[in-house]
Amino acid sequence: MNQFDDYVKALDPDVRASVRKATTNVARARERALSVLFEDAESARLRAMEVKSHVLDNLRGYLLRLEERCVHNGIVVHWASTADEARILIGELCLGAGGVGETVVKAKSMATEEIHLNEHLEGLGLEVVETDLGEFVVQLDHDTPSHIVAPIIHKDRHSVSETFQREGLGPQSSDPATLAGQARDFLREKFKRAKVGISGINFAIAETGRLVLVENEGNNRLSTTAPKVHIAVMGIEKVLPRESDLPLFLKLLAGSATGQLLTVYTHLIHGPRKAGDLDGPDEVHLVILDNGRSKVMNGPYREILRCIRCGACLNACPVYRASSGHAYGHVYSGPLGAVLGPALEGVAGVGTIAKASTLCGACEEVCPVKIPIPAMLLKLRSELKQPRAPWLAFQQAASSQRAWSLATASLPVLSSLPNPWTANRERPQRQGRDFRRWWDERA
Amino acid sequence: MRVQLLLTCLCDAFYGEVGIASVRVLEHLGCEVAFPKEQTCCGQPPFNAGDWASARAIAERCAGVFQEDLPIVTPSASCAAMLAEGYPMLGLDAPQVFELCQFIDEVAKPSSWPSLPSPVRAVFHRSCHGRMLHLGAVQERVLGLVPNLTLEPIEDADQCCGFGGAFSVTHGGTSVAIGSAKLDALGAPTPERVVSGDAGCLMHLDGLSARSGRVLKFSHVAEILAEAL
Ligand code: SF4
Repeated sequence: MNQFDDYVKALDPDVRASVRKATTNVARARERALSVLFEDAESARLRAMEVKSHVLDNLRGYLLRLEERCVHNGIVVHWASTADEARILIGELCLGAGGVGETVVKAKSMATEEIHLNEHLEGLGLEVVETDLGEFVVQLDHDTPSHIVAPIIHKDRHSVSETFQREGLGPQSSDPATLAGQARDFLREKFKRAKVGISGINFAIAETGRLVLVENEGNNRLSTTAPKVHIAVMGIEKVLPRESDLPLFLKLLAGSATGQLLTVYTHLIHGPRKAGDLDGPDEVHLVILDNGRSKVMNGPYREILRCIRCGACLNACPVYRASSGHAYGHVYSGPLGAVLGPALEGVAGVGTIAKASTLCGACEEVCPVKIPIPAMLLKLRSELKQPRAPWLAFQQAASSQRAWSLATASLPVLSSLPNPWTANRERPQRQGRDFRRWWDERA
Repeated sequence: MRVQLLLTCLCDAFYGEVGIASVRVLEHLGCEVAFPKEQTCCGQPPFNAGDWASARAIAERCAGVFQEDLPIVTPSASCAAMLAEGYPMLGLDAPQVFELCQFIDEVAKPSSWPSLPSPVRAVFHRSCHGRMLHLGAVQERVLGLVPNLTLEPIEDADQCCGFGGAFSVTHGGTSVAIGSAKLDALGAPTPERVVSGDAGCLMHLDGLSARSGRVLKFSHVAEILAEAL
């Protein structure tokens, strides 16, 4: 048994059905959206891939340019080479802005999930409130996100209502609008009170120093404008060269992630509030996070850094659909996580998740930046420390036709013994004639 | 035209008829088929499992068994992809290889095909390794030449059946969950035949459907084509 089979077995049938339905629906919507958005979606993906590859090839230059433009715009730029550095830095910024007991509101951000920021801030005595509806539910349930775009893809509205009722947000309801209203009322108070808002970043433009954020709920807008301090956290790979690159990426991201033509909100953050502005934070900080990415840059998994976190590979993946995101045991799940997890943390730790794939290639087919995920999974497998004896025996059998024929002749017999195959399937039977005998006889 | 048959280990062990059908199909197309008897395995099992030293040794041996200047044809997108895409990853030259329908579509290019003796209503499962060969709808196109054969559309045709070679055993529970969803898509309404181009997919789906009490008949593309001859 492995963790994936465990999850498949333990998964509530309703949950499995809703994960399958949600992923299937988004996968279909993605295809429709891309065909509406682009005359030739394939060449759009190719262009996006080229832009991202170009960024990786010139990363240092673009990051320095980004820093320079950000500083020019009044954004304070911080560099964090490890998760620890980032946590400490952000903790100090939060305490500096408010102090113990103050509220920090958070917009959805995988980078902050990756560095386990919430636990750290709570340890400092801060109240951290996730404001994305899905992330909010995850936080109330002391759960973890099971999908990088749809964090509660494993929950239905019924369980959300139970959570809200338990936490005193409002009475039981199965109406999504009512539930959203309950969350809104609760969160509005937090937005009013918060001294700091923390967000991720979808793209940062080197040319102008603008930070780009997309969302559908409006909570990012509030998180980044209502508190007097906004802290944005981005991985080093999130930079784009020019403003003119944005349309392509905004369309590809919306289409690939949710099947939308454009997300409901697109925020272009230019810096802190200026004289005469009606709203906006007094301070904007940008934390540029490495946390293993430079190492990945110089290794065989470099291309995974093209990822724009659209989640399309999760939705397309048969293993993800059957087991859901928690089975991966990593903040990044699905095919993306099966590569990025081990690439960032080393194969010795989480490398075995690279085995949880049929190598069907659906992920690569839908990836908007054409990351060759199956080839990377294969490469990761080749780096795993595994016993060699069975494969040496296999190699021995394959090294002569005589040994091979003995082996294949014994397969139908061997397969009749109890084995993992026959746990759920009938064993294969020899069907019809033997090829080699037929070939010899007709000669 | 002379071609060499790569039988594949599954056809060697279980599905001899698929190999026989492949030879008959190729001969019908006017090919002279050679079968290098020293062939064993293409190296994919250890390659996918991550033991690349074993995979390389087997791949080198396999490449040596075949003549360099003759195209290899095989009734499996999976094995063809191993030779075409896997060998270069192992640092070896890719032999000139075609999946059976790819060969028919790209090289032999018949304009028609004999008819099946009686009408067959079938569904087709596209094996995922065809993606690596950029097969697209090649197999469906070739089957489309066969009079009396109707391919019914299925839901989410691009989803994997869950076989995945060793994955079907190392991750048996997940493999079976994926396969059951595939069978639901393939089996409603019950077709007269489930057709696919890879014996691995067929073996997995057949075993699963038999265990779950469904009555479905599975055929390899080569068998359908040969049935019409
Ligand atoms: S790997 Fe590709 S498909 Fe998957 S999340 Fe990243 S960009 Fe999207």
